[in-house]
Amino acid sequence: MKFIPQKNSLSLRLIYLILSLLSASNLYAADDNLNEDVIKNTHDQLKELIPQLQVKNFKKKIILVKQLAAINDPQSIIVLQALLNSRLYYQKADKSVVLLQKKEVHKKSKQYEIFNALDNKKIGLVEKKTIKKIATNNKLRKTIRTLLAQKEITNADLNIRQAAVKEILTGNDASLLPALKQAQTVETDESQKDLLNLAIALIEVDAQDTSTRQSAIKLLGNSLYPRAKGKLDTILATNDKGEFIEQDKDVIKTAQKALKRINAKLSLFGNLETLFFGLSLGSVLLLAAIGLSITFGVMGVINMAHGELIMLGAYTTYLVQQLMPNEIGLSLIVAIPAAFIVSGLFGIAIERGIIRHLYGRPLETLLATFGISLLLQQMVRSLISAQNVPVITPSWLSGSLVFNPAFAITYNRIYIFFFALLVFAFLLLILKKTSLGLQVRAVAQNRSMATAMGIKTQWVDSLTFGLGSGVAGVAGVALSQLTNVGPNLGQAYIIDSFMVVVFGGVENLWGTLVAAMTLGITNKFLEPWAGAVMSKIIVLIFLIIFIQKRPNGLFPQKGRSSGGH
Amino acid sequence: MIINRFFPQFMHKDTGGKWLLSLLALVTIIVIIFNFLIPLLLPEMSALHMPTYMVTLLGKYLCLALLAIALDLVWGYCGILSLGHAAFFALGGYAMGMYLMRQIGDRGVYGNPELPDFMVFLNWQELPWYWIGFDSFAFTALMILLVPGLLAYVFGWMTFRSRVTGVYLSIMTQAMTYALMLAFFRNEMGLGGNNGLTDFKDILGFSLQSDGTRIIIFSLSALALALGYITSRFIVESKLGKTVVAIRDAELRTRFIGYKVEDYKLWIFVFSAMLAGVAGALYVPQVGIINPGEFSPINSIELAIWVAIGGRGTLFGAVIGALLVNYAKTYFTGALPEFWLFALGTLFIVSTLYLPKGIVGLFERIKNKNSDQNKQAENKLEEKTA
Repeated sequence: MKFIPQKNSLSLRLIYLILSLLSASNLYAADDNLNEDVIKNTHDQLKELIPQLQVKNFKKKIILVKQLAAINDPQSIIVLQALLNSRLYYQKADKSVVLLQKKEVHKKSKQYEIFNALDNKKIGLVEKKTIKKIATNNKLRKTIRTLLAQKEITNADLNIRQAAVKEILTGNDASLLPALKQAQTVETDESQKDLLNLAIALIEVDAQDTSTRQSAIKLLGNSLYPRAKGKLDTILATNDKGEFIEQDKDVIKTAQKALKRINAKLSLFGNLETLFFGLSLGSVLLLAAIGLSITFGVMGVINMAHGELIMLGAYTTYLVQQLMPNEIGLSLIVAIPAAFIVSGLFGIAIERGIIRHLYGRPLETLLATFGISLLLQQMVRSLISAQNVPVITPSWLSGSLVFNPAFAITYNRIYIFFFALLVFAFLLLILKKTSLGLQVRAVAQNRSMATAMGIKTQWVDSLTFGLGSGVAGVAGVALSQLTNVGPNLGQAYIIDSFMVVVFGGVENLWGTLVAAMTLGITNKFLEPWAGAVMSKIIVLIFLIIFIQKRPNGLFPQKGRSSGGH
Repeated sequence: MIINRFFPQFMHKDTGGKWLLSLLALVTIIVIIFNFLIPLLLPEMSALHMPTYMVTLLGKYLCLALLAIALDLVWGYCGILSLGHAAFFALGGYAMGMYLMRQIGDRGVYGNPELPDFMVFLNWQELPWYWIGFDSFAFTALMILLVPGLLAYVFGWMTFRSRVTGVYLSIMTQAMTYALMLAFFRNEMGLGGNNGLTDFKDILGFSLQSDGTRIIIFSLSALALALGYITSRFIVESKLGKTVVAIRDAELRTRFIGYKVEDYKLWIFVFSAMLAGVAGALYVPQVGIINPGEFSPINSIELAIWVAIGGRGTLFGAVIGALLVNYAKTYFTGALPEFWLFALGTLFIVSTLYLPKGIVGLFERIKNKNSDQNKQAENKLEEKTA
């Protein structure tokens, strides 16, 4: 397991690293024999080659660049990097090559700070018009990139080596073979060694010798990099008549086997990925529905404003981030209790103000709470904005966990999955282990008996509704990391949430968990086969039919009087 | 009463309905005279007429009122709060839309005589099978009734048989219309996808843009509303209607007496869906477009609020509610767009908390306050029903 390195991290910093480490590295076997004279010699070579870069002909430039790269001097890397990043110039007056550390030092005077390309010494500030850029084209840049990568694959820093070999993997330059083999023999890190082997195999596949090709193909068969599969596909390419272009029958046979092995692995990891996406969707559904399973499942209150309570949680995240813009990572942690309190208070207000007067009239409750949902939406639109608001993802939530090239999962989904389970456990604990939970269950089972036993049912109602609403707010915090935060956020989840609760069976938290995960996974496994929208429709139809067969859900509550009203 | 002569026997006690239908007839006659006959016979006096867009707007309201009657029939009388009635409305609308699309012929942007524009755009080669027959108006008229009716039959048959009731049923119907919305949004559905069906040219050979056609469609909407109202009143006054009310008030008891509750429910549900389909079919030529947005769950819920505001279980209350709320919507979305959702949200809350019987109930309460005689008796009754 490792982080995906950021592409833009290959910056000047790395060059200095290379500088400090290059003397210790052993690029070529011949380099071991270097002595003082040779170093002097390389400097002379640089002195000779660098001014020639001003030549207009790109073919000549490529040759020059290759010669430059062959010189074992840190300065050659600096010059090549500068050329690659369009920072290499020459002075019009004396034709001396200079480089810029950064572009445009003084914006007003448009002056540049230039350095000597030979020894990196500062020359001074010059007008823009006195210098001219040394032009590059795509082919030249690609050559430079490969050459630099070639130098970097033996760097002492593992990150640099990895980036370098990945760079090499994108091209397919046979001339790199000796360098790769050399690097492979001295490499100590296992995964890096695998990458090098892959790079070597990709080149050796096109060799003349059959046995070399065979072993290279076998090696490719163990790799999950798209390039390996692509290479095998090219080997097995057929012409118009369906005959293999490749002549060697043994090679074809081995390649077919290797491709089969890759495909088997890819489909395995594909399934794993789908499973994970399913679990991830399931955890989102669970978060959205779990508050509802309290208010609807336990209290029997249809709260159409549930989605808007989720939305309020997401907006609370946004507001908390606005309050502490420098502590984005922390803000998300702060937002969780904040959202719980905000949505919980709204929930209690709704219960005390409206729902209380409608107990025993579920259809009216449905309509009234729908009215509340419209009010809350419009409130957010009027007070904050009708547009979506940006919620920032903290750094510890971005990036992904890479198992292999075919299977990587993003951190935010992993965190949200475990967060959903945590919220679930928290609710379960409250309902089963606290006196509040006991009272909630007592009121749900037999209100009048609970009153007779001295439970303040009205108080319990308010708290239960507040709890369910607060959890909805917490769900909003999590969802703000996955979807757009806007006034309509809640509407997208309300029908799904009801479906999950009804499917799982009301008054049953475990049912909600199972239902959410089942629906999430089913949906994702249907998706490649039926398309995203169609799979959603199929799941909805399945649910409608399921409820006909088992009106009380997957896990019906036992011992309750059946239906009727 | 002289007015009773114009109405069938079963409507004689229905004062609200008689007022409503009389008013409707009056408005329709006025519109026909001033907008159709006078411009035709006395062109110099044509300035007197009502602007045509207003007539169309009024016609739109009448269609929505018919839809409200359809919902009141199942909700107010049978206790089934369907949150998917807009789906039946939209299906009727789509059937009409398909007919109108076929009427365009080769006058589309692409000029293809066989395929509607959006199919040409999607590179389809031939008309999908379910479009066959929509060239004929008679077939379309049949489909306007059959498609919503069939969906209601299948859905109701499954649901009522397994005794899904109350809020569960509401959520199921909502899921149904949601699934349909998602389905109709797909281009592969062959019904225009996101954009729906639009750019209609004419109906039965008459241009949809002409004032005359618009007034005729308005008059037909008024007629459909009147007929729908009278039929619905007939049903609720009949023995079937009494049984349905019994089911609403005590389903188990009705079942134990020996009635097949699910059959009654199914019957009234299917009839209501067909009524909604007709409303949708008349609505589409007047607004000139039908798209999947009509299926969205919020439409169905809004519909419930029209009925609740007007007064459930009265039929004419549903009409009043639909007209009032929709007029308010047109006014506020034009004048104070921000305010409309606040107003609508408040309407939902106020009507459920303070107006359990809607505006009609409010009038009755005022009337009863004036006559002291029945006061106590009525109060008792209200307590019972609340």
